[in-house]
Amino acid sequence: MLEIKNLKARIEEKEILKGINLSVNNGEVHAIMGPNGSGKSTLASVLAGREGYDITDGEVFLRGNDILELSPEERAREGVFLAFQYPVEIPGVNSTYFLRSAVNQVRKHRGEEELDAMNFLKLVKAKMKELELAEEFLKRPVNAGFSGGEKKRNEILQMTMLNPSLAVLDETDSGLDIDALRIVADGVNRIKNQNNAQIVITHYQRLLDYIVPDFVHVLYDGRIIKSGDKTLAHDLEEKGYDWLIKNA
Amino acid sequence: MSANTDTIDEFVSSEYKYGFITDIESESLDPGLNEDVIKFISAKKNEPEWLLNWRLKAFRHFEKMENPEWAHVNYPPVNFQEISYYSAPKKKGDGPKSLDEVDPKLLETYEKLGVPLHERARLAGVAVDAVFDSESIGTTFKEDLAKAGVIFCSMSEAVQEHPELVKKYLGTVVPYTDNYYSALNSAVFSDGSFVYIPKGTRCPMELSTYFRINAANTGQFERTLIIAEESSHVSYLEGCTAPMRDENQLHAAVVELVALDNSEIKYSTVQNWYPGDEEGRGGIYNFVTKRGICKRNAKISWTQVETGSAITWKYPSVILQGDNSIGEFYSIALTNKAQQADTGTKMVHIGKNTRSTIISKGISAGKGQNSYRGLVQVGKKASKARNFSQCDSLLIGDKCGAHTFPYIEAKNSTARIEHEATTSKIGEDQIFYCNQRGLETQDAVNMIVNGFCKEVFRELPMEFAVEAQKLLDVSLEGSVG
Repeated sequence: MLEIKNLKARIEEKEILKGINLSVNNGEVHAIMGPNGSGKSTLASVLAGREGYDITDGEVFLRGNDILELSPEERAREGVFLAFQYPVEIPGVNSTYFLRSAVNQVRKHRGEEELDAMNFLKLVKAKMKELELAEEFLKRPVNAGFSGGEKKRNEILQMTMLNPSLAVLDETDSGLDIDALRIVADGVNRIKNQNNAQIVITHYQRLLDYIVPDFVHVLYDGRIIKSGDKTLAHDLEEKGYDWLIKNA
Repeated sequence: MSANTDTIDEFVSSEYKYGFITDIESESLDPGLNEDVIKFISAKKNEPEWLLNWRLKAFRHFEKMENPEWAHVNYPPVNFQEISYYSAPKKKGDGPKSLDEVDPKLLETYEKLGVPLHERARLAGVAVDAVFDSESIGTTFKEDLAKAGVIFCSMSEAVQEHPELVKKYLGTVVPYTDNYYSALNSAVFSDGSFVYIPKGTRCPMELSTYFRINAANTGQFERTLIIAEESSHVSYLEGCTAPMRDENQLHAAVVELVALDNSEIKYSTVQNWYPGDEEGRGGIYNFVTKRGICKRNAKISWTQVETGSAITWKYPSVILQGDNSIGEFYSIALTNKAQQADTGTKMVHIGKNTRSTIISKGISAGKGQNSYRGLVQVGKKASKARNFSQCDSLLIGDKCGAHTFPYIEAKNSTARIEHEATTSKIGEDQIFYCNQRGLETQDAVNMIVNGFCKEVFRELPMEFAVEAQKLLDVSLEGSVG
């Protein structure tokens, strides 16, 4: 699914990613953990193609295709989805209209028929029910005036509707109470199948109680310094990062 | 997260679709402004003496006035001697008696602008008066309208056919002494539209005027007068375009609306004059005075979508003279490239229980400067007057500006006046968010801008709303790289 080779990236003069190597196969869930400032969010942004980063070295392949040359919207249509740490408010733009435009862009790219308003509504309402979201959500402008929890659930709704092959969740658990956390995790587990993969970026082990990762990686100072299975997350919860950093 | 503003910087390089020039022989006056020019125009139109005298009084008044400088716009002084005050397509013989006789080149021009003048080709339900430079070249559906008693013709024709109405109302809402450009217009106005809706009549179709400036070095000074008799109703639309030229051209119009007791006038504008280029070369100076007066229980509603012109200076206003009368102003003003707009409204509450609503949406992109200027005035006798104003500004990129100048004068303690204002910016983060969901940058900007404007689009007649939305999209084309 995803192959990252020796990826280096900088913002202005500061090198943030110092050579990332990561392989994610179909059907896998990878968790990326690490202290603040280690480069987790930068990695998510670079994968999604956000501007403002200089890629100085390395390659990123999605299903065998190099995606570093693609624009953010092309990557999105190829199946890269980023659940934002801070979802952006777009006042005046109706959520239904926004989401239908997005879904149809992706469908068009995949050669599927675009959904008309009726069929779209049917589909989105069914998904919202699964995610325990009130239908009133659809009438509001995108994220405008949403609470932190609502914004995160909206990200999960969008992810569910877009059905990406690679979902990157950037600290989606931050600021969530336990119920919201369960709903978010539920959404991720629901879309999971043998043809897609998820990367879950998180500070805390607690999300990983709900989304069970196949692999856990520790990012520190722009490099992955340790990889393991889900038990690594428990170790980190107990011992913190210091013991790893000392050995790095 | 570092913000990179390059993408938004390039957001500003759209092509102006209506910039072509019609190659047609026209009769133009040499540039220059003096009493002889005014006499020439008046004679050309075979005007009665009272009108010539009125023009001359206006001109003498104009000569004593100074160019107003309070607007938040910047431009070199206009040399009124370099402008030609009359230009009209040359007529063969006595001139066309019906649309069938109009020069095919002119019909073609309007066809290209999307305003076919052949009645059969028009959407049923919209009558058009087409003004080309200084002259009206034809009005459609005249006979159908006449059956309902509605008069819809060019101003020149109205002066000939209905002089009593013109004499009674011309200059009563916007006197020539009102301001610099209204004085100039009163002296040299050449054509425009005239509408009269008889008592108790609902105009059976939308009326519209399409203004086109073609000739170089020409000013367009049209004068529009709409009279709605008691308990009548009319909806009127105007559209405007001009060729791309390197010199600035002046358009100084006056529009007067008279809404008698219980009547309603809805006036919508989609203004798309040539805006000039990125450096501010060329484009139309759009200095316009628009005002309506409401008698008892009457209502006037202005809706404008202003996307063109190098400089726009325009405040469609309502004098709420009659008790219970209503004034509304819905505006979208977009400035891109080097465009400047200083626009807004005046709501003058004189009668009791008068109400007004102002919704203004300003969008600035490129190096555009956009100002809202509005006055809400409540007189001593206007008890229980109410006003609600909302002025929102949207910035695209970091080289443009938005300004708000609201003035409120209340002399009656029972008045209720509310003013809300917001300024927001289309941020890189919003664009990236949309991109990440698969949307193109241009689509994302259009979506955000259209969302921002929807309260105003709602007020436009249906066909116009779609057109206006497309026009905004085109005006912002290329404004993000």
